[in-house]
This record gives sequence, C-alpha cells and structure tokens, in this order.
Amino acid sequence: MLTNEVVPFAASAYDSVNFSNDAWSGPVVEQSPEFVQLLTPDGVRVANPDCDSWVADITGEQLAALYEDMRVVRRIDTEATALQRQGELGLWPPLLGQEAAQIGSSRALRDDDFIFPSYRENAVAYVRGVPFADIVRVWRGNAQSGWDPYKHQLAAPNIIIGAQTLHAVGWAVGAKHDGVDSVAITYFGDGATSEGDVNEAMVFAASFQAPVVFFCQNNHWAISEPVGLQAVGSIAGRAPGFGIPSMRVDGNDVLAVIAATRIALDRARRGEGPTFIEAVTYRMGPHTTADDPTRYRDKSELEAWKLKDPILRLKRLLDSLGLLTPELEARTQAKEDSVAAELRAGCIGMPDPAPLTVFDNVYSTPHATLDRERDKYAAYLSSFDGAASSDTSTDAPAGGRS
Amino acid sequence: MTPDTTTQTLTLAKAINAGLHRALTDDPKVVLLGEDIGALGGVFRVTSDLLAEFGHRRVIDTPLAESAIIGMAVGLAYRGYRPVAEIQFDGFIYPGFDQIVSQVAKLHYRTQGAVKMPITIRVPFGGGIGAAEHHSESPEAYFTHTSGLRVIAVSNPQDAYSLIRQAIASDDPVLYFEPKRRYHVKGEVVPELGRSMERATVVTPGTHVTLLTYGPLVPTARDAALAAADEGVSVEVIDLRSLSPVDYPTLEASVRKTGRLVVTHEANRTGGIGGEIIASLTESCFNYLESAPVRVTGFDIPYPAAKLESHHLPDLDRILDGIDTVMGR
Repeated sequence: MLTNEVVPFAASAYDSVNFSNDAWSGPVVEQSPEFVQLLTPDGVRVANPDCDSWVADITGEQLAALYEDMRVVRRIDTEATALQRQGELGLWPPLLGQEAAQIGSSRALRDDDFIFPSYRENAVAYVRGVPFADIVRVWRGNAQSGWDPYKHQLAAPNIIIGAQTLHAVGWAVGAKHDGVDSVAITYFGDGATSEGDVNEAMVFAASFQAPVVFFCQNNHWAISEPVGLQAVGSIAGRAPGFGIPSMRVDGNDVLAVIAATRIALDRARRGEGPTFIEAVTYRMGPHTTADDPTRYRDKSELEAWKLKDPILRLKRLLDSLGLLTPELEARTQAKEDSVAAELRAGCIGMPDPAPLTVFDNVYSTPHATLDRERDKYAAYLSSFDGAASSDTSTDAPAGGRS
Repeated sequence: MTPDTTTQTLTLAKAINAGLHRALTDDPKVVLLGEDIGALGGVFRVTSDLLAEFGHRRVIDTPLAESAIIGMAVGLAYRGYRPVAEIQFDGFIYPGFDQIVSQVAKLHYRTQGAVKMPITIRVPFGGGIGAAEHHSESPEAYFTHTSGLRVIAVSNPQDAYSLIRQAIASDDPVLYFEPKRRYHVKGEVVPELGRSMERATVVTPGTHVTLLTYGPLVPTARDAALAAADEGVSVEVIDLRSLSPVDYPTLEASVRKTGRLVVTHEANRTGGIGGEIIASLTESCFNYLESAPVRVTGFDIPYPAAKLESHHLPDLDRILDGIDTVMGR
C-alpha cells in the first residue's frame, strides 16, 4: 500500500465530493495511491492484506477505548463551542468529524515521539494528557500555548499554516543524530499543502531521510476554499515526487489510521525515513466558530459525510462484535460528562494573567530596552490607587470577544 | 587558525571561523546549517574546513530553501540543539522571514518560557562590493522591530570572534550581521568572550559631536572623525555593536557630553534604526541637545546597481556634511 509512484486512482465513495467546487473549473486529475479502508461506514471490517497485521493486536477492550476517546473529544468540541457561544472563549476551531484521524494517529505514537501540531489537534492534546483547561487556554486568550511542550512531547500549536512541518523535520534530524529511534509527527491540513513550508519540509525530510511522519488531514475545506482549489489530483500523490512514500487512508476509519501511522512510524524507526499520510476526512463544523459553512458549501455534502461518521462506524463495529454493552455506553457517557464539567469549570475558573506578565518570557535573559519599558509601565500602573498593578490576578471576565 | 590561547592577527572572516570552531569544539549541541557551508566553506569561506573537522552531522549542507533552513533550526532547537544558520546573502533572508519573526522570535514567549530558541542566524550584509541585485542589502531594521530577537552587527575581527561566541551561547535567538565588505580587514584577536555583546564601544572619544554607527560604516566613521579633527571638530565615534537592545546608557552619556548627534547607516532612512535611536535619545536627552540630530543613511530606494552604489552608501564626505549640519556650519 505504500506508494512510491503515482498509481491510477482507485475509485472510492469520496470522489464525488473530493473535487466539488463551483468556483473552480480547472482540470481534475484523478491519480492517487490506493485508498485504504479497514472499516466501512456501516461498521463492517474489510480485509486488507497490507494493513491487517498492523492492527491484529487490537483487542475488543482497546476498540472500546478508542470509541470512548472519540466520543469524549467530540464532547470536548461541543462543550468548547458552547463556551465560545457563551462568551467564555474568544474562538474555537472544532475538529468535529476528524476524531478518528486524530485519535487513531496519536494513539499509535510512543511517549517519546514528538508531535508538531497545527491549531486543530485538540484530540491529540487530549491523548497527550493535556489538562482540559489548558486545551482551551489559547482560545480563552490567556496564553499562546496552553501547555509546556516538553511535558507532553507536544509542540506549541501553530497558526501559521504549515510552518510546524519544518520544525518536525528539524527535530527528527536531531533525533537521528542523537542515535535514538524517536519519531516526529506533524499534523497539517489540505490547505497547508499549498504552502511553501510544507513543500520545503518534504524536500528536507527526503534529503536527510528524517524520521518524520507527515500527517495530512484532508478535511476538504481550508476555511471556505475547497480542496479542489488546493490540489488538482490527490494530495498523497504528491509525496512520491519528493521521494517520500505515501498512503491515502480513510481518515474516518480509526483502524485504517492506526495501521497507516504504525507503518509510517515503523519505517521511521528502522531508519527508512519520512512517510506521508493523507487521511481523507471531513470537517463537519465550521473552520472556527467565526465562520459559517452554510455560506460556502452545500448542505447535501455535509449530509453525505454524516453517513461516514467515524464514531458511528466504530459503534456499529462494536455492536456487531457484541461489545456495545449498556455498561460501555454508560461508562462512556459518564466520562464525557465528567470531562465536559471539568473543562467548563477549568475554563471559567481560569484567572486572567497579571498585567506585568505581558513582558515575561520575551527573552530568556534580560533585554535592557524591554526592561525599561516594563519598569516604566509598572511605575505607571502603581501610580493608580488600588491594585491594578499588583501581581494578583483579576477576575475580569474574558468574554465579549467575537 | 584557532586562537585558543594566543593573540593572532586574523581577518574578520577568519575570526568568525575561529569563533565557530571554538563553539563547535566546546559544545556538542552546536550545529551549523546552511547552503554551501560544507565542502565549499561558504561563498565567503567563513565556514572553511569546519566540515572536514566536525563532519556532516555538525556542519550540515542544506538544500536551497531559506524558510526550511530556519524552520529546521527551530526543530533542532526544540530538541536541545544550538543551531547556527547561515543565510548566504542579506537579500536572501526574506524567504526565511516568516520563520524568523513568527517562530524563532516568538516561541519562548508563546510557550511561557518552556521552549528556548538559542538560534544564531548569520547574515553577511551591506554593500560596497559591486555585487548583483539582492546581494548588498541592509535588512537589520526588520529584525530590530521584532520582539524576541537580539540583533548584533560586528565591525572588526575581535568583535567578530567574541560576539559569535556570545551569540551562540545566548539562550535567545540572535541575528548576527557580518559586514561583507570588511570580511578581509585584519586585526588582532584574543581568544576571549570580551565585553557583553549588548555594550556599545566608544571607538574614538570626542567632545563636540556624537557619531553613532555599526558594522561596515565603523571604519568610515572613524575616518570622518579624523578628518573632522583636522577642522577642529572633536567627534566621538560609537560602534553600537548591539542593535537590539541598544546600549542607551552609553549613548546617553555621550550625547549629554557632546550635545550633538549624528547617526549613520547604510540601510534606508525611513523606518531605519537611526530614526528610532534619535527619537529615544531626544526623549531622554532633549535638554542637552544643541541642535537637531541628523541621519546620514542610504536613500529610500531599492539597493541600486553596482555602478550607482557609491551614491547610495554614506561615505566620508556625506558623514562630514552631517557633522557640519549639527555643528551649524
């Protein structure tokens, strides 16, 4: 299934929407690596000789755990969206529909593998044990990264599209030079593949045979721009041109995603260099809570994708295996509820940062000009009566931002 | 060539090479990366012989992509390395601009201090070598405008050696500007870190006019001070060395003494750091100033073709004209 050359397109159910774009009438080049699916939308496990051995160890209990993961992160999404509507978050980028791509890939990693994400990998942050409030800390406006990257082996989220792919390559080259078999994985969207940085990252990764996994979530939309505007032909089909083998997998199929990620990680650990994975999925919500997808895409498209829901299909598989017990459903529901409650409490209870911390950490060591500015502002604040300049946090609400 | 213990006479380029050699020797986490820095030793030979001694894992020849060079340095820094990236020419830094200003400069702040970016970015800069387009620019103001970066410009072999070592040792990212038309200027180099890279140097003491500059124009400013002395004007020439932060205490002391201020740089006038420095010194030293400060700079034009660059670059006469202006002559 690893493709080193562009092979004829294997028709899939995704083609009908893959290039849909009323605004774009350019040529559609149908060429792509084979489309890998282990679990149909109906929850039927299909055999795949290239992949089956890579998921053969997954037990019923682990399938149930993946189901719980996906339901919990969908609930985090729902809760965070509600918090944004209630004015508690300035913005939120939902991952609704991309649960299998993010859970499957991040659950395949080892703890010492390092992740370079964009801003939508909130399920990955969940898997990496980031406290729930820290997941929304950025979106509340309290910090630009909610977590310490070294605590979770998870880099600061990157909003500049695709910039983090180069960081992953640099980290991977460092790991290779250190003589360890840790791997860097970087997440980015279909839109990012148009950026120079992603293309430069592939050139560098191939040149240095860096142990890095390029994990592209093709969710079909870059804000309002359809994937057909970014990519004439398949995204996975590009990587072989850089000398990087690629896979095109059903991103709504958690088993296919796990298999692909494990294959890529194994190649990297064995010194065989980078792999590119295109996880074909769909962003069922808006790009962020600031946009309105009904202005730029057909409702029928969303309806078609709802039938391919990643959680629904795993649920159907569990049901067919007799594992969808009332106990599992109750346990999952309880976990969802407790995570949502903890997220809400952590978000609302988050104190605003103290005013003078605005100057903290610009530099590692003192910087005379900035120190002058800080001292002057501190003196200004302390000229007021009251505690505006104190180091204690205020309880001012963070709401009111759109 | 490494001045490990003794004073040597080195060119500015060799002094940087010696500083890089020492840093590579002292710290296994120091790595160099850039285009043509390996077998060729860089287009200016600043990295000569380092590949042979330290190998491909320490001296990394890269594909030709500036954003990737800087972005790869970010990833290496994430993993605990201290990368020294070479940008081949000033005008080639722009493809790497986003990674520098959006990533290198901000990651320490963004992660609340968790991630350090001890990256040094070496940039040969400035004109006067008759080069083709994009090979003679002075882009330093873009970086002094960016919080999170430190910016230094060296003017002589001793500083070149000492400050490259300080830059690499700094936990903050440093833009290290090398005056390419002075690469072959020789000077004595002692193997010491020297004074902090944040400190300016009074090159020539004087009492009538403070003349501030950095990098390639330091020798020109010194010549101007000598010429002015012949006309009875005592000029204090200060080499800024650090453009971010600027050593304002040293500058303020000088302006309070002389009461007159000229700033000269090759970079365009508008938005250049000369304007910023004059504004700051006017705020802090207004009552000491005898006349309005003057900028002697490159014009607000794209860097011109080689046959015209002598008109664009501040020279001895234009600097003297600036001195005459603040002297009211």
